[in-house]
Amino acid sequence: MAEFLFEIFCEEIPARMQKRAGEDLRKLLSEALGKAGLAVDASQHWSGPRRLGYMADIPLKSPDISDERKGPRVGAPEQALGGFMKAAGLTDISQAEIRDDKKGQFYVAKIEKPGRDSADIIRDIIPDLMNNFPWPKSMKTGGETFRWVRPLQSMICLLDGKVIPVEAGGVTAGNSTEGHRQHGRGPFTVSSFADYQKQLEGKGHVLLHMDSRTKKIADDARALCKKAGLELVEDEGLLAEVAGLAEWPVVILGDMDPSFLKLPGEVIRLSMREHQKYFAVRDPKTGQLAAKFIVVANQMAPDGGKAIAAGNSRVLSARLADAQFFQSEDAKKKLEDYYDKLGTVVFHKKLGSIKDKAQRLEALARELAPKVGADAEKAEMAARLAKCDLVTQTVIEFTKLEGQIGRLMFEKEGGDFDVALAIEEHYKPKGPSDDVPSSPVSVAVSLADKLDTLTGFWAIDEKPTGSKDPFGLRRAALGFVRIILDNKIRLDLSKELLKGRAVLEMENIADKETGRLADGVISGDEQATIHNLVGFIIDRLKVHLREQGVRHDLIDAVFALGEDDLVAIVNRVEALQDFLATDDGSNLLAGYKRAANILKAESKKGAIPDGAPNKGTQAEETALYEALGRAKAAIDAALEKEAYSKAMSALSALRKPIDKFFDEVTVNSDVSAERENRLRLLKEIRDTSGRIADFEAIEG
Amino acid sequence: MSKKSVKPLSFQDLILTLQRYWSENGCVILQPFDLEVGAGTLHPATVLKSLGPKPWNVAYVQPSRRPADGRYGENPNRLQHYYQFQVILKPNPKNMQDLYLGSLDAIGIDRDLHDIRFVEDDWENPTVGAWGLGWEVWCDGMEVSQYTYFQQVGGLDLDLVSGELTYGLERLAMYVQGVENVYDLKFNDDGVLYGDVFHQNEVQQSTYNFEHADTDRLLRWFEDSESECNYLLGLEKPLPLPAYEYALKASHLFNLLDARGVVSPTQRQEYIKRVRDLAKGCAEKYVEIDAQIASGAWR
Repeated sequence: MAEFLFEIFCEEIPARMQKRAGEDLRKLLSEALGKAGLAVDASQHWSGPRRLGYMADIPLKSPDISDERKGPRVGAPEQALGGFMKAAGLTDISQAEIRDDKKGQFYVAKIEKPGRDSADIIRDIIPDLMNNFPWPKSMKTGGETFRWVRPLQSMICLLDGKVIPVEAGGVTAGNSTEGHRQHGRGPFTVSSFADYQKQLEGKGHVLLHMDSRTKKIADDARALCKKAGLELVEDEGLLAEVAGLAEWPVVILGDMDPSFLKLPGEVIRLSMREHQKYFAVRDPKTGQLAAKFIVVANQMAPDGGKAIAAGNSRVLSARLADAQFFQSEDAKKKLEDYYDKLGTVVFHKKLGSIKDKAQRLEALARELAPKVGADAEKAEMAARLAKCDLVTQTVIEFTKLEGQIGRLMFEKEGGDFDVALAIEEHYKPKGPSDDVPSSPVSVAVSLADKLDTLTGFWAIDEKPTGSKDPFGLRRAALGFVRIILDNKIRLDLSKELLKGRAVLEMENIADKETGRLADGVISGDEQATIHNLVGFIIDRLKVHLREQGVRHDLIDAVFALGEDDLVAIVNRVEALQDFLATDDGSNLLAGYKRAANILKAESKKGAIPDGAPNKGTQAEETALYEALGRAKAAIDAALEKEAYSKAMSALSALRKPIDKFFDEVTVNSDVSAERENRLRLLKEIRDTSGRIADFEAIEG
Repeated sequence: MSKKSVKPLSFQDLILTLQRYWSENGCVILQPFDLEVGAGTLHPATVLKSLGPKPWNVAYVQPSRRPADGRYGENPNRLQHYYQFQVILKPNPKNMQDLYLGSLDAIGIDRDLHDIRFVEDDWENPTVGAWGLGWEVWCDGMEVSQYTYFQQVGGLDLDLVSGELTYGLERLAMYVQGVENVYDLKFNDDGVLYGDVFHQNEVQQSTYNFEHADTDRLLRWFEDSESECNYLLGLEKPLPLPAYEYALKASHLFNLLDARGVVSPTQRQEYIKRVRDLAKGCAEKYVEIDAQIASGAWR
């Protein structure tokens, strides 16, 4: 085994791309080496602001491969022999061995592929890797056609300590690299990975691995805060980002002008995080933000970082002074006073302004309120206020604080708690890992918002296509589904969507006095649109349930019954999945399929006879007939109470009679009355099962 | 190693130092372009000269106008007229980052004491159909320059990639001088402050931009400039250089209309597209003529 070391050194790689790039490098190199017949052992990768690296143990040569190719019989026609020789690379048939089998003699060609030097393999692999590296965004430099994330500076390519001078992007690999710009630029000539790591992490002042930088930053920041009697406000995302911005991270505690502490904590934290990439710090006794921040520098300054801290502190002050100006401007009016200004902001040119949207939300939230256990007045008020902060200067500047600023303003005015919460929470869930609102008023407004967005974009035919979803409609639909399921809200999906559509069509409210909606009359075309939208939402439901291990075919099987109450669908699907996992369930499914297949085959010969079956002539036939009667009654009673497992067990009582029936009874009896009754029985099996789910849609 | 300057540079010495530095590093030192532009990039020495296969190294100061950023001289950080120092190195040399860092040393930023960082920031200027990849350069958390490797200009792919450096001169000077308010900057070492030179200009220009600019006239001028540009591009022997000047005039007139708050978001996209179409037309004709000159076909 020999050590293979590869480093790509370039100008600053965007922090957000480094982790993935390191992983891709390792995956692609290991795969390519493996494909060339080299066994890769103990591979590792590293990535940082200016370099990606890979190391592994590989053999010096790929193994010899010997293969045999069986040819035609001895004495076969010229043409067959010629073809064989060509395929096996022989110049004369005497180069092939002759072997015997039971039928006689035949030719065998032995093909020997000698192993290749690993250095040659690497020479082939690297240019290909470099020319096709999967950067999310890449660039050209100078007059080159080669693309990299930023200009490529140098490469190290060593096998067993010897340089393999591969070329890519106008750079020839060697055995030297640079360290930290200020603390140990080098160049460093290296002979092995151990030597490379020792020099770079020593004199070179470069922590190679992202994990070690992350750990150093987190540990140092916590320790520094603790020493000052403070506590770090942890932030995983920011930590990962700053670990991609420093080769030699040095944590510094900076001072913030305490007068800015009057600003909402959200504003301070966002200013620090988004604009400056600082961590916030709090007082562990009060839990309030402290007038400090943590900045991660990329070097140890001779003054202990004083100048760096002071510089950063000035920049933060300028940012917060802006924020303070916006806040004091915003506070000159009440939240509701911003409502009219929403009319100047376009939601979508075909769907009107944000004010138009807010008006629709008021109507929809009021309508939804009783179904989610919310007070209708509060829901309507929250809907009216929900979007107001979008035109405040603070939110225009700090878009991510939408909702939060509205809540803070409303709280300051002494507004109702539930309404304030809903103003903030109606945007939730903002992504698949975000929480779902649970307070009823929040739920009403959040559902109304998503309902309006979905029906609106469907009405103007702006559906997502492929990977394109510019209006975030998949996210809206998934959010809608999650809110309904988590809060167990019972709604008829199509009915609610039709209402959303009706509100949209009336542009606003039917009855201005009560704010109540009339059920709009929707034409067929619009029905089709709504039908399509229901399908879209059910697709989100499938994606959501699949992640929880639920089979998508079962969702289809239940949805096919015309059920569009999401909670009922999920309950039924879960009961069905449990049922099918039992012995009874799988046998019943088999029985169903058998019955359905016979019916399908018979229906080709002629119509399946209508009407109800009777007891028939054979004992097993009678038993099935009676069991079906009992099961039907039990299933209907259970379904009435949404007792799905009960319905399933009632259905499972059919298993034995069905099995016996198929074992003992001939469906295609010569007596036509017998045949007809038996077909009716089969139809009865299908219809009875069909009350629970469309078993036809179930796989297996 | 970086030098430590005893006294921070005045605003004009900062400019002189950068000019001297980039002159010593092979750049042509140009003077500002004599039209209103929104950024140093729009100077034809960047937009047009970055096209075609000829190498080109240039540095210049460019007054930049952003009517909507006016604050009547009352905001310590915002101006509707300010200066950018612009450097174009075409093709971008391999040691461009080092050259850039050398310029920071030259103006007295001690890199032992201060934390310089290259933070991802991809640049685009939709009005001239240009984009590139690069960074904001941070000094102790403050953006002191924009650093870009152009990939497309005037909607055209580039034969040679240019490296572009843009220094925001007021901000950089405020940092070097340790000043909190732009009007307090020392313009020279003889007691003249930035405010003495420019405060009244900010007050009057903001008043004009926000209150008096006649939108009907501006719109007419915009359309006239657009027509003139298209006329010059449509000549049998097109004149992309004067045409580009009219594209720039149109761009500035649009900025004035925008500052007056009469441009809705949809219209905004439309105007930008109209200016971009002009700039693209100029770029295409410029490249054609450049190629004709190179082959000797142009007379």
